[in-house]
Amino acid sequence: MSENGVASRRGKVLTLDTMNPRIKRVEYAVRGPIVQRAVQIEKELKEGAKKPFTEVIKANIGDAHAMGQQPITFFRQVMALCAYPELLNSSQFPEDAKNRAKTILQSCGGGSIGAYSASQGIEYVRQDVARYIEKRDNGIPSNPDNIYLSTGASDAIVTTLKLLMCGEGMSRTGVMIPIPQYPLYSAALAELGAVQVDYYLNEERCWSLDVSELRRSLEAARKHCNPRVLCIINPGNPTGQVQSRECIEEVIRFAAQERLFLMADEVYQDNVYADGCQFHSFKKVLFEMGPQYSDTLELVSYHSTSKCYMGECGFRGGYMEVINMDAEVKAQLTKLVSVRLCPPVPGQVMMDLVANTPQPGDPSHSTFIKEKSATLNTLAERARLTEEILNTVPGIQCNPVQGAMYSFPRITIPERAVQKAKEKGQAPDMFYCMNLLEETGICVVPGSGFGQKEGTYHFRMTILPPTEKLKILLNKLKEFHLRFTQQYS
Amino acid sequence: MSTVAYCSFIWGSGYITARARTRTHRSLQKTEEQKRRIMSVLRKINPTLQRICICEQENLGRRAMQIARELKQGVKKPYKELVDVSIGDAHSGGIKPITFVRQVIAACIYPELLHDSTLPADVKERAWRLMRECDGGSVGSYTEECGIPYVKSSVSEFITRRDGGVPASPENVFILSGSQTALMFVLSLLVHGEGSAQTGVAFPVPTYSSFAMALDELGAEMVPYYLCEEEGWALRVEELRRAVRASGLHCTPRALYVINPSNPTGNVQSRKIIEEVIRFAAEEKLVIMADEVYQDTVHEEGIDFVSYKRVLFELGPPYSESVQLASFHSVSKGFMGECGLRSGYVELVNLDPAVMEQACKWLSAGSCSAVTGQIALNIMVDPPRPGDPSYTMYSQEVKFKKDTLTCNVRRVQEVLEDIPGFTCQAVGGGFYAFPRLHLPQRAVQRAKELGVEADLLYCTRLLEEEGVCLEAGSSLGQKEGTHHIRLCLMTSTKTLGMVLKRLKRFHLRFLKEFS
Repeated sequence: MSENGVASRRGKVLTLDTMNPRIKRVEYAVRGPIVQRAVQIEKELKEGAKKPFTEVIKANIGDAHAMGQQPITFFRQVMALCAYPELLNSSQFPEDAKNRAKTILQSCGGGSIGAYSASQGIEYVRQDVARYIEKRDNGIPSNPDNIYLSTGASDAIVTTLKLLMCGEGMSRTGVMIPIPQYPLYSAALAELGAVQVDYYLNEERCWSLDVSELRRSLEAARKHCNPRVLCIINPGNPTGQVQSRECIEEVIRFAAQERLFLMADEVYQDNVYADGCQFHSFKKVLFEMGPQYSDTLELVSYHSTSKCYMGECGFRGGYMEVINMDAEVKAQLTKLVSVRLCPPVPGQVMMDLVANTPQPGDPSHSTFIKEKSATLNTLAERARLTEEILNTVPGIQCNPVQGAMYSFPRITIPERAVQKAKEKGQAPDMFYCMNLLEETGICVVPGSGFGQKEGTYHFRMTILPPTEKLKILLNKLKEFHLRFTQQYS
Repeated sequence: MSTVAYCSFIWGSGYITARARTRTHRSLQKTEEQKRRIMSVLRKINPTLQRICICEQENLGRRAMQIARELKQGVKKPYKELVDVSIGDAHSGGIKPITFVRQVIAACIYPELLHDSTLPADVKERAWRLMRECDGGSVGSYTEECGIPYVKSSVSEFITRRDGGVPASPENVFILSGSQTALMFVLSLLVHGEGSAQTGVAFPVPTYSSFAMALDELGAEMVPYYLCEEEGWALRVEELRRAVRASGLHCTPRALYVINPSNPTGNVQSRKIIEEVIRFAAEEKLVIMADEVYQDTVHEEGIDFVSYKRVLFELGPPYSESVQLASFHSVSKGFMGECGLRSGYVELVNLDPAVMEQACKWLSAGSCSAVTGQIALNIMVDPPRPGDPSYTMYSQEVKFKKDTLTCNVRRVQEVLEDIPGFTCQAVGGGFYAFPRLHLPQRAVQRAKELGVEADLLYCTRLLEEEGVCLEAGSSLGQKEGTHHIRLCLMTSTKTLGMVLKRLKRFHLRFLKEFS
């Protein structure tokens, strides 16, 4: 401190050294350094820089609209009517959109989406979500009180993890996550200081989940922490596998036996493409296994407006359904969600629309079905195309993209390239992806950002670019791979 | 097994008051199976979360919702409708949104409206401008994690204009889901440590209840400092010093939270006070968190809002280069009142780029804030200008709200002055009146017997008997032995009229009952 008591320039309070160390541990590959470089290249192109390509193709993030997917007309109509209710007098909106908007606005304070809602979310919306779940799950009851609307599924996932963090050292909460995983989980665990417990998906068997691997991972973890939570992503991100019913039953039995709290991330539940694959919700399977399991297993399921056929990431809509949560714990959860007041109301409205879509006989029904099918069929076609083309490339192996929005192919990287990467201080697949970006303008995320078995390399690309562009992307990628392999042999 | 959920606070040496002390005993009838499950899970929740206080005010809010439901179902009560002015939610209170904001949002959501002849040209132009900033031209896309660059630029330009030319950079602006989230974002960067190394955060008493909950959730040590009611709820630096110095024994104070204009007191800080606070923060090495969400609502003639940023800059070096500041604003308050859109920003001043980079990286894992909220934020900081087609309507709507608020402030003060048992400091700015209740000793005694604070008893009875919901001072913090109520004044004049009529009637009855 200097003479007059004023802190010197060196003596700032908040510095890299004094900030919360847990925040520094957070990494998120999906928006990491490769994306930053992609954005920079886009700027350079705009400024007229000469490159071997004319545009950057961003296949790094699961953002459908960014890649040209069209929103569902009915959803946008109702949202616009809710935002500016004077439009209820306009003839350009169908009656069912107007009626829905009116009903939704009646459930908002002062008839406005600008009013705070209850922290748990608008009751009317939670009722619609509960009905959606019942319909989806063959009539198994869902209680709106067990539904918590959230700011996207990510918010709900982090909230749940916060609730479960406790203990020190040996008793510190361990959270089992799949490898490869969606890096929100590792980021949240780093921030919360939880112990990350990896269980490996089986690449040779189409990224299946083996209970023997779950058991191995759990037993190893028990030596140094208290593993209490098991996270499943189904359909998988980045791997795209859709769990079979048998597999889900096995996981439930395992979780019940080992007294694990189950978190089922099901945001891609409508994105199922492969023949013979079907989405089964964890809740449905749990209840169909009978009271021995359904009375006791603690489960939280997550969904969102960001994926499936609607792709409304920017609205930040989502929910979690809590099953068999102890009443006292639930009270703590209710308290926790109230600290941030409430989730964005437009996102809650969007969640309502996803839960309660136009029905046969409604004016908007046929357009809705047409749009939904077109989107899902296109995604299915791209899933198939991606797998097909990538599997023609020597050195690339691509498992079937059964669901979700991504492909996670395995790439063979020559030893010389691995060395070169090490010299540069980069993971080999990051080195590969950076080269890919610089030479072709294609932006994908290295597998090291998601986790993978030691000595294997992957990248994650989305199947979201428009089909013609996707074909170009896949062929350029093929050419690059052959070139790269040649260069470093 | 019986469980206990309780909260209690000690508010600094010398002035002790329990903010809201509740003990909830619940004996649960459980099956053996359930008991086995509960026993294993219940002990194992995050202990930090159990600290978060469930105020009785929450229960009051829930009872209010229940009463509203009962009225809807036709249950007979001494009143036909419930009036809730307990929280700062303008639209709930009958205040309408700004037309231009909603038109632009609607056009962005449903671009077919760009061909609608009833929408003014400037609406279409703004919508088109904003959609161009969204990937794929859609408000359904993710944006950059710290906010849409165009919106951040408009925010920094607004800050510069507001502050008489003091420079602001978009790199220092972070757009988040409301000021509450933004406050927690900054607190998360600051709060860590155990025992005496645990971060202490100084904050005013009274303050709005969600702030204290945020401190609890993040595990920050609370360092309350008392505002001086007798001096119009002024912030006194001697009191700040006392609080911070006393806390140094059990924590490491790192942040100083101020709210100007104040919620709930309505005090507006003068430039002189702000300068003193800045010098104090420099001296004690504290990051200033300046919550300025009510900056557009100054009612009193002759007072102007001046931002902490401006004062800091105009103080010059060394302060302007070394004192770290986070300034907050949001679309929830002011004349926008768009609480449900969840959008606000923080401007970080004098923070190392390395820290900001870490902050950005952390934000990237959590996704951006809702695009509709970012649109509203853009319009708040860059509204229609004179000459624009929508300007007349926009300025009329803002004037109407300003006049309504000013009128409500005057009305409340006039009415309460005439009622025995109330004193009310002048409301210089903000959304609220925070009058003091001078309750008969018998009422205080009765409350004690019931295990609640007297102002909560008052508010509970007011709700049941007159259908008016206010916030009790005990959930906001106050000196022991004093009682207050908070009313939101950003509501229609009709609603306020109803509130005051019912409040007066109830108050006189209450005084009589306990005299």
